[in-house]
Amino acid sequence: MWAILRKFNSHESWHEIVELSRIESQQQDSQVGCIRAFRLKDGNFVREQLIALDDHSYCSSYSIVESTLPISNYVATITLKPITDGDKTFWHWASTFSTPLNREREFVSLIAMSVYEAGFRNLERYLTFGKESRRSSEFNNQSLASSNVTKGRTVRISQYGGPDVLCPMTEDIGPPGRDEVQIHQRSIGINFIDIYLRRGWIPSMFTLPGTLGMEAAGTVICAGNEVTDFLPHDRVAYMSPTPGAYCTIRNVSKDHLVRLPPEITNEEAAAYFLKGITADYLLRDIGRIRAGARWLIHAAAGGVGLLLCAWAKKLGMQVIGTVSSDEKARVAREFGCEHVIVTKTYTFASHVKKIFGDGADVIVDGLGESAFRENFESLAPCGHWISLGQATGLFQSISTELLLSKSATFSRPVAFAYVATQSQMSVRAQRVWTALNDGTINAPPIERHSLESAARAHERLESRNTVGSLILIA
Amino acid sequence: MVRIYVSSVIEANAGSVWNRIRDFNGLPQWHPLIADSRIENQQPADKVGCIRSFHTREGGRIRERLLGLSDYEYTCTYEIIESPMGVSNYIATLKLTPITDGDRCFAEWSAEFDCEEDIESVLTNQIAREVFQAGFDALKRHFSYR
Repeated sequence: MWAILRKFNSHESWHEIVELSRIESQQQDSQVGCIRAFRLKDGNFVREQLIALDDHSYCSSYSIVESTLPISNYVATITLKPITDGDKTFWHWASTFSTPLNREREFVSLIAMSVYEAGFRNLERYLTFGKESRRSSEFNNQSLASSNVTKGRTVRISQYGGPDVLCPMTEDIGPPGRDEVQIHQRSIGINFIDIYLRRGWIPSMFTLPGTLGMEAAGTVICAGNEVTDFLPHDRVAYMSPTPGAYCTIRNVSKDHLVRLPPEITNEEAAAYFLKGITADYLLRDIGRIRAGARWLIHAAAGGVGLLLCAWAKKLGMQVIGTVSSDEKARVAREFGCEHVIVTKTYTFASHVKKIFGDGADVIVDGLGESAFRENFESLAPCGHWISLGQATGLFQSISTELLLSKSATFSRPVAFAYVATQSQMSVRAQRVWTALNDGTINAPPIERHSLESAARAHERLESRNTVGSLILIA
Repeated sequence: MVRIYVSSVIEANAGSVWNRIRDFNGLPQWHPLIADSRIENQQPADKVGCIRSFHTREGGRIRERLLGLSDYEYTCTYEIIESPMGVSNYIATLKLTPITDGDRCFAEWSAEFDCEEDIESVLTNQIAREVFQAGFDALKRHFSYR
């Protein structure tokens, strides 16, 4: 019996009350100090730390470090003693704990009966019948997580078109796959790519029927059994190249996830994750940070625009931003954009040359076809034209002869290529959170809409009247 | 140092069994090996530090001092001051623990002592079987005939 009980995580195999359990931080399950995190069948979640283990006196003690049950100061001791006049074992399981006022009886009975007494019976059965005594039908290798199908809300699209194709509905969500984490999403980021996909501009990336959304933040519900880095109740954010974030509950591959630091709220994470990482790779990888470099940033009052202006300015670049209204100009200036050009007609080249002389070294272009000529005019010799989005329409074509005439570089980057591995993702995410947190960049304004009114949020983004980031609240 | 450990399950709740064995002067009432017993110096039998002086049915005289008594933990600890057995530093503990899933209790009787090597195994065997196990057997008989 001790061979089983001394393993701190073994309760998952024999105790019926335990739904799933794992030892945190890849520690051994007989290591004093290790923590087992487990969920009970009733949905409660508990983290317990092994505080003593003694193979000589068959004794182990553990305490609860975190629990959804309202008990505190819980310390329990399991002791096995041989009954010398018979081949039997005396199992002693005792604990002390505090409960809220008047609930002592309830928890004493719960712990004594449902945990300890039931545990005695369960282990006896386990010793007699082995593993099959438990979860004969529900235990499978597919997933240690709940096999239950849960219901959630989603925003489905069955045809490409305007904002009115966004239809909220209820959907069934299956258990997470082996390497997936099921997330209860609280905030969902809206990006311009959502609008391109909705319009049917990139059908290779979005087939019908489907759900939009590249990023969200929320809380881990459960995880597949190959997932060791994330636990229920962890707060996480993700950006995934597979659309589908406009929903309340989603299974996401662990590779796209980062854990959120306490100082970043779910709303901030949804508003600034993909956009912040975009600013990060534009500045560091493509733009090659160079003090004094001349940057032309279009849509300077948008989600990416504000982050980029603020960060570029802090890193010593000169920045011109273009916006479509005086109100946006005011916000862009507030975020570090030194020179702001207000234009509704995408004419800015002469103005840029007036400020930057022979033009901009780097152009961050979210405009697309309608501003094609103006952008090329604004580009300095040997300049770098980064096409980030095409709000006004897709480029017809770009000729290499044209680039040759200015010895120019043209880039068409995708953010997901810059966070292909989890370490890239976490390094970039950390830089974004740190910059936001220590005031290196101001947090742009957030406009909130409910998930159910995703169509309204799209209308707003397309109206060109918004400032900062838009998010959906689930 | 020799260690002896004997344990058993008795078919009565710990409180009832404790009532029967708590009296430091009560060995003759429940243990078949003991013929008589008295507490020295007219002290109460539950005064920690009191000494019981008793004879076994074979006639040996033993003096033991009560070192600890807990009605809360059902524990009694004592040491041998004088005996014909050839032991020294002999300290023993008798302890009951309630078994919560049934009207039973878990009884443990353990001892540590020093003795000459040549009598160690005989002595260990003798104490474990004739004193401790015999005591438990008597308790088991008593409570099964109620």
